[in-house]
Amino acid sequence: MNALLNTQTVANSLWLIPCLPLVGAVINGLLGRRLPDRLIHFIGCCSVFIAFLVSVAGFVTLVRIEEPGNRLLIQSLYQWILTAWNQGSFSLEVAFRLDPLSAVLCLVVTGVGFLIHLYSVGYMAGDESQGRYFAYLNLFTFSMLLLVLADNLLLMFVGWEGVGLCSYLLIGFWFSDLEKARAGMKAFIVNRVGDFGFFVGLMLLFWTLFEGSGASMTGLGINQLREAIPLLSSATPILGVGVATWVALLFFVGATGKSAQIPLYIWLPDAMAGPTPVSAFIHAATMVTAGVYMIVRLNFLYVIAPAAMAVVAVVGAVTAFYAATIALTQNDIKRVLAYSTISQLGYMFLAVGVAAFSSGIFHLVTHAFFKALLFLGAGSVIHAVHSNDMQEMGGLKKYMPHTYLTFMIAYLAISGIPPFSGFMSKDEILWSTFNSHLPVPGLGKALWALGLLGAGLTAFYMTRLIALTFMGGFRGGSEKESHLHESPSVMTVPLMILALLSVVGGVIGLPAVSHLPNLLHDFLGPVLSTHGSSGHGAHAYALEVLLMLVSTGVAITGIYVGWLFYVKRPELPGRLAARFAGLYRLLVHKYYVDEIYQKLFLRPVLRLVTLSGRFDLNTIDGAVNLSSRVTAKFAFLIGWEDLKIVDGAVNGLADIFKRWGAWLRHLQTGRVQQYLYSVVLGIFCLCVFMLLF
Amino acid sequence: MSYSLPSFLIVSSLLFCLGMYTVLIRRNAIGILMGIELVLNAAGLNFVAFSRFLEPSLTQNLLSGQVFTLFVIAIAAAEVAVALAIVLSLYSRMKTIDVEDFKELRG
Repeated sequence: MNALLNTQTVANSLWLIPCLPLVGAVINGLLGRRLPDRLIHFIGCCSVFIAFLVSVAGFVTLVRIEEPGNRLLIQSLYQWILTAWNQGSFSLEVAFRLDPLSAVLCLVVTGVGFLIHLYSVGYMAGDESQGRYFAYLNLFTFSMLLLVLADNLLLMFVGWEGVGLCSYLLIGFWFSDLEKARAGMKAFIVNRVGDFGFFVGLMLLFWTLFEGSGASMTGLGINQLREAIPLLSSATPILGVGVATWVALLFFVGATGKSAQIPLYIWLPDAMAGPTPVSAFIHAATMVTAGVYMIVRLNFLYVIAPAAMAVVAVVGAVTAFYAATIALTQNDIKRVLAYSTISQLGYMFLAVGVAAFSSGIFHLVTHAFFKALLFLGAGSVIHAVHSNDMQEMGGLKKYMPHTYLTFMIAYLAISGIPPFSGFMSKDEILWSTFNSHLPVPGLGKALWALGLLGAGLTAFYMTRLIALTFMGGFRGGSEKESHLHESPSVMTVPLMILALLSVVGGVIGLPAVSHLPNLLHDFLGPVLSTHGSSGHGAHAYALEVLLMLVSTGVAITGIYVGWLFYVKRPELPGRLAARFAGLYRLLVHKYYVDEIYQKLFLRPVLRLVTLSGRFDLNTIDGAVNLSSRVTAKFAFLIGWEDLKIVDGAVNGLADIFKRWGAWLRHLQTGRVQQYLYSVVLGIFCLCVFMLLF
Repeated sequence: MSYSLPSFLIVSSLLFCLGMYTVLIRRNAIGILMGIELVLNAAGLNFVAFSRFLEPSLTQNLLSGQVFTLFVIAIAAAEVAVALAIVLSLYSRMKTIDVEDFKELRG
């Protein structure tokens, strides 16, 4: 075991982590049609599971390194780009980097990813294109791992784009349904908008660094970037704003696309069109965490751009609250969860915005557990009910006990009830926000209040979801009721594992007041530039306990109100909706954001498309058509010449011989004596000829 | 009486003319074959006559003209055999040996 966990050996096998899922994707993608389903499942799950084992090995190796500052494994595969720049040369390598941050993410991606793969075996049973499904899922895992492990931003961008592509493929997995195919395209296009920001930021960063550093910059590894980042502060500001702030903001634009923040969150609710495990995968293990991860990865950049940090924090807090309000009125179980994901991601951004990077990652991890659990539970429900509409559910408690139990745990975790994992991480974020030092005085407190309100709403809408789904009586009709069943164990076992993680996940980040070490915070320490305000030190313990009590109180209030509305007095919501009809309609229509985007961006673009289409049809096609017509005329002339003159000569010659032949054949009459006459005549002529000359 | 070359030549040209006449006039295939025999024999007579009268001396006479005649006779016999076989098979097919009726054989 010791030999197996040798630091060098582990570092040299880092490539296995992303490449195993890639191999699985290639096999299932190319041969999926011919392989039996069981083998497809085996390849799909096994590749991720082995990647998980390698990740665990990497994690253990990191932990065993004594000095926290040395906890870094890098494997360089090959030189990707080598180019000269300002008398120097710099190289870009395909290199994987395992440090505490990427190790945590790897464990989440492969661990939760594996459980989702396993669950998919049950959920997708009977689907005819499972090879394709598992190939995409593996490819998704590969892209995400590439993003997480990449040692330079360009390689990270490859993973970043790969994740976007795979989300498109999986959301539009049932592409024969136009609505679903459209949702896939929407996700892809909205992500492209964000990616554009990311890419511009990337170019700006590289350009500034190379301009500023001359020949001293030799590569773009994360370490090299970290050392070079002070150069950004000395670069000339653009439009009065520092380059670091620009770069940070542009990266954040990319993050809003991937991690579904205002204003680019609109793709995520539509992404529910994909199979439910895919939603779980996107929301928990991959894709949406990419933005948070990227910002934490570049924390050294963000700490020198406080303005950008404040923007991140504000956008995060507003998103957390805003998405929670939309979730209040949705009837599609998956949509409620989708908006809750947006809201929870808002908390993560709030955390990184107030420089509590480890809290952000903490919430990312716990959220991965309970959100994957919620989605898989919802998938289990949908599997039984064959509908997404919560109005057609109800009373599922007695039909699906395992799903109900695990779902309840996730529900308590996301609502922020101590001591579940969600409480730990969310409370740490709120505490950091309360204590933050943002450029605007009082902003920290305001964001804290907003976050607290969002937490209350979260508890409320989750209670509503539970009440509509599991409590009361079944509303889907007796015909459907007779078909209700618990899901197979291949689906419920992952639920149970995730439920366990949701309960105990909080121990990796115990609050300071417990006087126990905050494991995650200490582990991530070497990667982060600042120990955010959630760090241990001179703590106002009394204040922390007070805040904890407040947030717990808010969560319980939310749950109580939800219980009052949907269990105790079910007529209340309708009355309230009638009373505040305008507000209700606004929420049901998700603040009309899709419609506004439609008017603001899509309509003009479509008009431009029509216009350029017309231009293309009339002007460009006209020119092409004209030239074709001229060519046709010319060709006709050439053709005439060919037909009449060239062919005429050939045919004429042939005709002459034909005529001669027709005439000469009269000589051959078949009469022997005529031939003899001509022989005699010939001889006579010869004789006369010889006599005369 | 001694015979001179011209008298042989006169006989042979008479023979040739008769043969040619027969070939050109007769419709009967057998008749035409007979005419051809006459023409061949006229040629043979010529060979023999020239061989007899134009050789410088008998001692040096290699008799090549006369040997030629023997060949002509032999080949004529072969030719007649083939020709008669053709005529026979034509007859068995068309029940006639009139050469005018054979014009369908033209290519």
